[in-house]
Amino acid sequence: MFQPMAEPFRVALFVTCLVDLFRPSVGFAAVKLLEDAGCVVDVPEAQSCCGQPAYNSGDRADAKAIARQVIAAFSPYDYVVVPSGSCGGMIKTHYPVLLADDPAMAEEAKTLAARTYELVSFLADVLKRDRIAARYAGTVTYHDACSGLRELGVKEQPRRLLQSVAGLTLKEMATPEVCCGFGGTFCVKYPEISDKMVSDKAADIVATGADTLLCGDMGCLLNMAGKLARLGKPVAVRHVAEVLADMTEEAPPMGMPDKS
Amino acid sequence: MEPTSHAFKANAHRALGDANLQRAMTMMRTGFPEKRAQAIARLPEFEALRDEGIAIKNHVIAHLDFYLERFEQNVVANGGNVHWCRNAEEAREVVLGLCRALDAKTVTKGKSMVGEEIAINDFLEQNGITPVETDLGEYIVQIRHEAPSHIIAPAVHLVKEQVAESFRATHTNLPRDRVLEEPRVMTDEARGVLRQKFLAADVGITGANFLIAETGSSIIVTNEGNGDLTQILPKAHIVLASIEKIVPTLEDASTLLRLLARSATGQEFSTYTTVSTGPRRASDTDGPGEYHVVILDNGRSALLGGEFQDMLRCIRCAACLNHCPVYGAIGGHAYGWVYSGPMGAVLTPTLIGIEEAGNLPNASTFCGRCESVCPMRIPLPKMMRQWREREFSRRLSPATQRWGLALWAFAAQRPALYRHVSALAARVLGFFGRGRGRFRSLPLAGGWTDMRDMPAPEGKSFMTLWAERRRKTGRAA
Repeated sequence: MFQPMAEPFRVALFVTCLVDLFRPSVGFAAVKLLEDAGCVVDVPEAQSCCGQPAYNSGDRADAKAIARQVIAAFSPYDYVVVPSGSCGGMIKTHYPVLLADDPAMAEEAKTLAARTYELVSFLADVLKRDRIAARYAGTVTYHDACSGLRELGVKEQPRRLLQSVAGLTLKEMATPEVCCGFGGTFCVKYPEISDKMVSDKAADIVATGADTLLCGDMGCLLNMAGKLARLGKPVAVRHVAEVLADMTEEAPPMGMPDKS
Repeated sequence: MEPTSHAFKANAHRALGDANLQRAMTMMRTGFPEKRAQAIARLPEFEALRDEGIAIKNHVIAHLDFYLERFEQNVVANGGNVHWCRNAEEAREVVLGLCRALDAKTVTKGKSMVGEEIAINDFLEQNGITPVETDLGEYIVQIRHEAPSHIIAPAVHLVKEQVAESFRATHTNLPRDRVLEEPRVMTDEARGVLRQKFLAADVGITGANFLIAETGSSIIVTNEGNGDLTQILPKAHIVLASIEKIVPTLEDASTLLRLLARSATGQEFSTYTTVSTGPRRASDTDGPGEYHVVILDNGRSALLGGEFQDMLRCIRCAACLNHCPVYGAIGGHAYGWVYSGPMGAVLTPTLIGIEEAGNLPNASTFCGRCESVCPMRIPLPKMMRQWREREFSRRLSPATQRWGLALWAFAAQRPALYRHVSALAARVLGFFGRGRGRFRSLPLAGGWTDMRDMPAPEGKSFMTLWAERRRKTGRAA
């Protein structure tokens, strides 16, 4: 099935601030997926956030400073892998633009961008995995987080890998590509509009009849899990990496009490 | 039109509570995207066509002066006139002057967003001239004393029951007990009313989808044929257009028309595509006696060479509105001025100022669906971010937001500090939240928890657990 690498890739995991704070099990699922695939995984200490809150709030100077810091910390590796299309998109598509007029960093930004991948896209597109040895008894629906979908082209890769998970059935929403209304600071700056968007998303999720919602981005997951919980809908919400790594026993679904 | 973009949040609040509007928006959210997707699936060369269209527009923008002057020469050669207007006020005065010269009492109008931009209807009315909108959607919003809520579907925010109600209130000469349930019946009623207006009008005003430099022609597309009657029957035809509507040739226009209809309504071509070239010639059986083109700048030339120049490629297809989840949630009126949705979020601040319109480029999740469907591939999210950058550098964004950001940015540039704060937050929130697995409310997080629960952190941060694992396995970083 999978050919071991001659020389294992040295992969740096960009944990993301939301995984670090809310759901470390996603980080460990990512580590397991990468190690199972033969990569040597490291987690550089000099990481905090990708800088999107500053970048999208119009604070270019701080966004640039954070970008330089990330580039310095992650450049020594073969690849940078991010369990988020949003933070991955920031490094891969926005850093080169952000630092284009910085002669010292422009090239490094481009080089890092070329080596940076969203987790599932790395497994499928770089490591060429099309099957995964995992088991999940349930019907899942998959939300296409916007940045992963439109900036990084993450669409069929997670679906292909999920199809190979034993016991798993995939049921699509009517509009899996429509934004859930998270949008970083948008969700607190315009809470009513965000609420309308996530309410529509929740209705679409519930209409599939799926018992589990998966997605590759923590921001969207927190938003959707929070809304489904508020509505009292019994849908288990998880990051797609947890299912692919066969680690759903490690933590309860998002927003659910820890029974252990 | 007095802008209310500064009150965007209040406008949005009202829109979200408007049951009719929400019903109408639910229909539009699925209708337009499905039709567009089908139309594009039927045209395998759509992407190539897009590239061609973009190249045409970029070329024109780079040589705008040349093509505008060429257009003027050809309009004049055909017996028409071109009126250059720097701003809305100049454009209004020109139109009024032309109407007065013909002693006009009523004016029929085809759909024109430039007409909305210069608020021509109110101005004509104030000066004793009655404007009559002839596009069905425009007619409906006009009799309701509303503005269009969408650049190609002006009444998309209404449901048919509201239209029936407005028709009953306005068409008082018709039997009160008539049945007005089917859109078809209502359309026929409007058609009957408008027929007399067409015949009575002294002047016809239309917009323009394209101005053709090589022929001096203007082109409009409609699905109702109202544009033809508006411009052919009266004594004069006035075209309202902005400078970026110019294209070199008819061939170029046809490339863009193929993109426009598919992107807008999912049609291969609009039902009516009408080309007007000058006034009636001696050999013509009908047509207006005068042909005037009012070309408006209104701040557009200031975009040339700047970071918003790409916005001048916009062909007003409304695909960005039709696919925008924010527009789909609140409709167009909430944006508070003429242009709404993503194109409005970028364009409106250039026309009425970022101080008034600051909310518009902020009210976006940057989901990117607008850019992905824009036939002109205008980088709308990028330009909304550029507006945010201008706001930030001018300290126009709210102080609490700027201080919060500064505090966060300070920590984010000190990974060791950040790691400790994150670990502490994970521990505290995890401790209090673990029982239920989530919070129903959290201090300082009302914007989130008023609407949804906040899933609780697991308890230890990833970086803490990773350091523990490393110690256990004895591996150095």
